[in-house]
Amino acid sequence: MKKLLSLLLVLALSVSLLAACGKTEEPSTTPETTETPEVTETGTEKILNWNVGADPKTIDPTLNGASDGGDVINQTFEALVREKSGEIFPGIAESWEVSEDGLTVTFKLRESNWSDGSPLTAHDFVYSWKRGMDPATASEYSWIWEYTNVVGAMDVVNGEGSMDDVGVVATDDYTLEVKLNNPTDYIVSLLSFYHFMPVKQSSVEAAADGAWAKDPALAVSNGPFVLTSYKIGEGLTLAKNPEYWNAENVMLDGIKGVFIDEEATSYQAYQNGELHFIPTVPTAETPRLIAEDPNFYVFPLLGTYYYNFNLNLDMWQDVRVRKAFALAIDREMIVETLAAGQVPAAGFVPPGFLDADGNDFFETAGSYGVPTDGSKVTEAQELLAEAGYPNGEGFPEFTILYNTSEGHQVVAELIQEMFKTNLGVNTKLENQEWAVFQDTRKVGDFELARGGWLTDFMDPMGLLSIFTTGNAYNDPKYSNEEYDALLSKAAVTRGKEHFDVLYEAQEMFIADMPVIPVYHYTDVMLVSEKLQGWDRSVLGTVDFSSATLVE
Amino acid sequence: MNGYYAKRILSALITLLIITTLTFVMMRSIPGGPFTRERPVPDEILKTLNEKYNLDAPMYEQYFDYIKGLVTFDLGPSYSKIGTTVNDLIISGFPASARIGLYATILIVIFGIPLGIISALKQNKPIDYLVMFMATLGVTVPSFVMATLIIYFFAGKLGILPSFGVTSPLGYVGPVLALSGYSLSFVARLTRSSMLEVLRQDYIRTARANGLSEFKVIYKHAIKNALIPVVTYLGPMIAAILTGSFVIEKIFAVPGMGRYFVESVGNRDYTTITGITVFYAAFYILMVLLVDIAYGFIDPRIKLGKEK
Repeated sequence: MKKLLSLLLVLALSVSLLAACGKTEEPSTTPETTETPEVTETGTEKILNWNVGADPKTIDPTLNGASDGGDVINQTFEALVREKSGEIFPGIAESWEVSEDGLTVTFKLRESNWSDGSPLTAHDFVYSWKRGMDPATASEYSWIWEYTNVVGAMDVVNGEGSMDDVGVVATDDYTLEVKLNNPTDYIVSLLSFYHFMPVKQSSVEAAADGAWAKDPALAVSNGPFVLTSYKIGEGLTLAKNPEYWNAENVMLDGIKGVFIDEEATSYQAYQNGELHFIPTVPTAETPRLIAEDPNFYVFPLLGTYYYNFNLNLDMWQDVRVRKAFALAIDREMIVETLAAGQVPAAGFVPPGFLDADGNDFFETAGSYGVPTDGSKVTEAQELLAEAGYPNGEGFPEFTILYNTSEGHQVVAELIQEMFKTNLGVNTKLENQEWAVFQDTRKVGDFELARGGWLTDFMDPMGLLSIFTTGNAYNDPKYSNEEYDALLSKAAVTRGKEHFDVLYEAQEMFIADMPVIPVYHYTDVMLVSEKLQGWDRSVLGTVDFSSATLVE
Repeated sequence: MNGYYAKRILSALITLLIITTLTFVMMRSIPGGPFTRERPVPDEILKTLNEKYNLDAPMYEQYFDYIKGLVTFDLGPSYSKIGTTVNDLIISGFPASARIGLYATILIVIFGIPLGIISALKQNKPIDYLVMFMATLGVTVPSFVMATLIIYFFAGKLGILPSFGVTSPLGYVGPVLALSGYSLSFVARLTRSSMLEVLRQDYIRTARANGLSEFKVIYKHAIKNALIPVVTYLGPMIAAILTGSFVIEKIFAVPGMGRYFVESVGNRDYTTITGITVFYAAFYILMVLLVDIAYGFIDPRIKLGKEK
């Protein structure tokens, strides 16, 4: 037995040595074999290689609440309308009509099919929307119904009302009537959002919790593409949907999506030509790409990065103190350091919203005397002195709180330095892991805490309304009756009146300065010049419905 | 012998229970929850979600429900990938991680051990210095640096490997190399020092004095004994390597289960954290048991169950 064992051991060793010899030869044989698995563009097939980003939590339109999921859904589903670069195109709705009083919107649907060939009717929309409102569905995005102003929708979301009272009715197979509480100018563009895309009842009921959407056998959809495979953590494949109403204008034969959340890897794969479209790049590469690469795109995102004062604390009661801190930071320097094309923020509403006269809200609003550079440091010092803290003397040291991330740390360090040099105030930095941070901020256990907000529909109200009294996202705990009244008024007014109220509201907000606006977000992407005709919605969702690949 | 195994299995089960309990309690005691969102979820929806996942029940009830599921190998639904169970995550992720881990283990054993032996036999010769230099490098360079360099050179500069994924056989080269680097170096060093130790023993001198051929001395007497510490290390290492590495899987975009260890904590995905931890712990315990059995083969003096 012993002999046998030792013999085996010797054998194993010699085999391993032999194998080792075999192994060393491998590198020389590898180059030849690598040429072959250059997948994808076989013959005339046009397959887009796309990095989706992280593996989406779900790709069920009604349940989804994340941008990576939204990017996939925008290829597989079609809403009543499709928004590209801010412009509204007819989708499943051929046309729509808003009643004189603005309280009824009637959509005329085209005759179209689901990807399984069955007809898609107005009833499918009624079913899908009611599913979204139903607390039993537990869609994390059901709060969005508040902004639709659809009659009875919020009552259902809050578990109080009846489905029968919801103002969404299919008057016939191809007519959808939507009743609103208040006239809502942005309603049609809002309905292009993934939450309002139709889902097929029989599919949804075949597998619980949106699992149907990741199962090619059940994933019936109505968009330009249809799901053909889904591998957890790895990727998905989409094929052109021949049943799509506008299939003749879909140029790609399919999409191969991969889930790479490591930016460096994704960037390398793009450079190697393995990917055509990547949603992010390593931060260190951004300045060079902005300067040199025409295939690198920077788009404004409808959101703002800011710091919350905790208005429950005595130290922030004096508006002069809050102003002093807001004026003391050099936003341009912060943006330059981050180098991803962000826009310095003087107010809270980012660029990209057109008011009733067609002017950009951001530009018309102006800066309210808040500098984008460090030009008002003297004024900041004077304000702080007036408030009783000349040269920052006597002002308590406080903590700047942010969630753990390299980017947030850079901003926090910069403003810490600016507070110190410009105001003579010492601060400490503290970072917390994301989930912990959100809890801390929500309960108000902070002095100055990072905040960020991105909106999902084309009206500045989506940003300004989070600071009304009692709003769940009002972290500074700002409370001003006049401000609340203005936003209530904004909700029920239209056109010029609506925007005038919002201009006034933002002016009041900045005068009270419950937050320090820092910058407006941007969205970056790197797209191979081989990919043409792609688009994106203003809200940041990519659109390959009319994209094509050229040599 | 049977009594010994029964005892081992019983202690393994108790260990697993303790690990489960600790993970279960600790995860729930840290701030934040699985449905903490930047934009708070409406109360009614939160209520439904909590009810659905039984999170509104008292802690002890949740705990017993979880244990009940565990006994039937049902690890529950994942909170962060809706519509997916933890079992699904392991079934889809483990094979990918294990395949990379297995290749890495093979690499570690067939290179690490012989290199260590050669080094020991040629102590203080150039080959020894070379191997030890490489081994020191391998132990000190972190795997993410190695992974990034591999992608940069082999995928970027030379273009002979794909930048990501394990869809082709070549895709495995990067992750396997990066994953095995540390352990391979460690095993080489361990083998060398253990071998040197053994070569100084009296029984080796006796064997030589008895006129045994050098080959017999080395292969029959020295290596077998020198391998004991190596085998001790290999057991837990295999468990760790086969269940995946967060860093390697993230960098090479491998659809493995290693990343769930880290991601599920950030997501407060209680069931996934607990499920993955229990799976890893069970695997670890099994490997340690296998190591103990292997001792008996390598050194017959070690008799299982007769420690007393």
